[in-house]
Amino acid sequence: MTTGLTDDSVIRFARGVRLQHDRVRERWIIQAPERAFIPDPIAAEVLKLVDGTRTLGQIVADLANRFAAPVDVIGRDVHVMVSDLMTRQVLVA
Amino acid sequence: MTETILSPMSLLAELTHRCPLQCPYCSNPLALEPRRNELSTQDWISVLDQAAEMGVLQVHFSGGEPMSRPDLPDLIRHAVGLGLYTNLITSGVLLNEKTFPVLVDAGLDHVQLSFQDIDTANAEHVGGMKGAQARKLEAARLIAADGMPLTLNFVIYRENADRVPQMLDAAVEMGARRVEIAHTQYYGWGLANRAALMPTAAQLEQTTQAVEAARQKYAGRLTIDYVTPDYYADRPKPCMGGWGRRFINISPSGRVLPCHAAETIPNVAFPDVRHDTLAHIWRASPLFTMFRGTDWMPQPCRSCDQREKDWGGCRCQALALAGDARATDPVCSRAPDHDRVVRVLETLPAEPPPFRYRRYARATDEVG
Repeated sequence: MTTGLTDDSVIRFARGVRLQHDRVRERWIIQAPERAFIPDPIAAEVLKLVDGTRTLGQIVADLANRFAAPVDVIGRDVHVMVSDLMTRQVLVA
Repeated sequence: MTETILSPMSLLAELTHRCPLQCPYCSNPLALEPRRNELSTQDWISVLDQAAEMGVLQVHFSGGEPMSRPDLPDLIRHAVGLGLYTNLITSGVLLNEKTFPVLVDAGLDHVQLSFQDIDTANAEHVGGMKGAQARKLEAARLIAADGMPLTLNFVIYRENADRVPQMLDAAVEMGARRVEIAHTQYYGWGLANRAALMPTAAQLEQTTQAVEAARQKYAGRLTIDYVTPDYYADRPKPCMGGWGRRFINISPSGRVLPCHAAETIPNVAFPDVRHDTLAHIWRASPLFTMFRGTDWMPQPCRSCDQREKDWGGCRCQALALAGDARATDPVCSRAPDHDRVVRVLETLPAEPPPFRYRRYARATDEVG
């Protein structure tokens, strides 16, 4: 499935899916219909920036700046991750 | 060895056993709880508070038909305020343009809507309620139009197993994001109706193929949860993810159970949320500790390399099939009682017997 993502795509959570801090287990979780799953630490950093207003390009720039990493490398990784989360019905663009 | 006690992830809140439908595969116990024994709104509020405090992430409002309880919107609103993910498991026959917006307004996250079949005549024969299918289709339309995520649940049995491809297509047409193709689990009413419900091996194979095909066809649009009838399996399911590891089930009258069928387990007290805290029940009650971890296991489980994967299978099934809740789940091909499962499958009647419908023993209990 092609997700047609570009740097201008505005990413948001699908209705009924959210990132939530689990204070009992001290970790981030993705709450979704009839399941909760644990994002890896990098995915959690990306998902914290998903607010329905930021573009993919802005999310990449923010991460590249904070982690002092090349934009093209971060961009590739974030595109792959977001595409994957779209096919899993976590994110929509 | 001291077993590690994890925090529970999920709470199944069975608000009531009252339901307009009479499905012969219902997961409720044969002895249905009358309305007069149901927990109060305040009792449920306290349960939700305690569950969130313990680390529960998702609460599933179920029944019976949970929409039979007028306080459902209040309970949803309270759970949402605690950060719990709220799921409504409903037949949909009480979900309409008046009742649904109230649930949306309360902050409900998701609906799981059940269908008895995609064929209206058979669906209403199985549910025992005329006109139910049209109400369910309207419920699905309202949920999809709102945009709330929708899961359809189809319980699969002998009479509807051949229509799985149509169920999957219909799920996409109705705008469902997820669908459960769940073969009947043989407990309670399902066990009482096993001879009428159990599919043939050929039917099981066909449903598996239909699910595989739809997973390809609808990739990225429809998530399919597929539950097989474990009588046909070689290894048991890891029932509830292990006894007392992830799930808490609360019955309409407040009994706290590791699974919805656990009231069949003999010679143990059933803890009650009105008499004890949920945390204490989870940690220390005889019911929750008796099959937690691996220490309780008999052979061949005790030395089996699968013991922390399937946790010995299902205790209620061991009780139902082997007459001993401590036995290895007879579904397992390594179990001493496995021949009992084989015999059930070999002696399926050519013509299914009539259903024993899910009903209260006394008609007056229903209205109470």
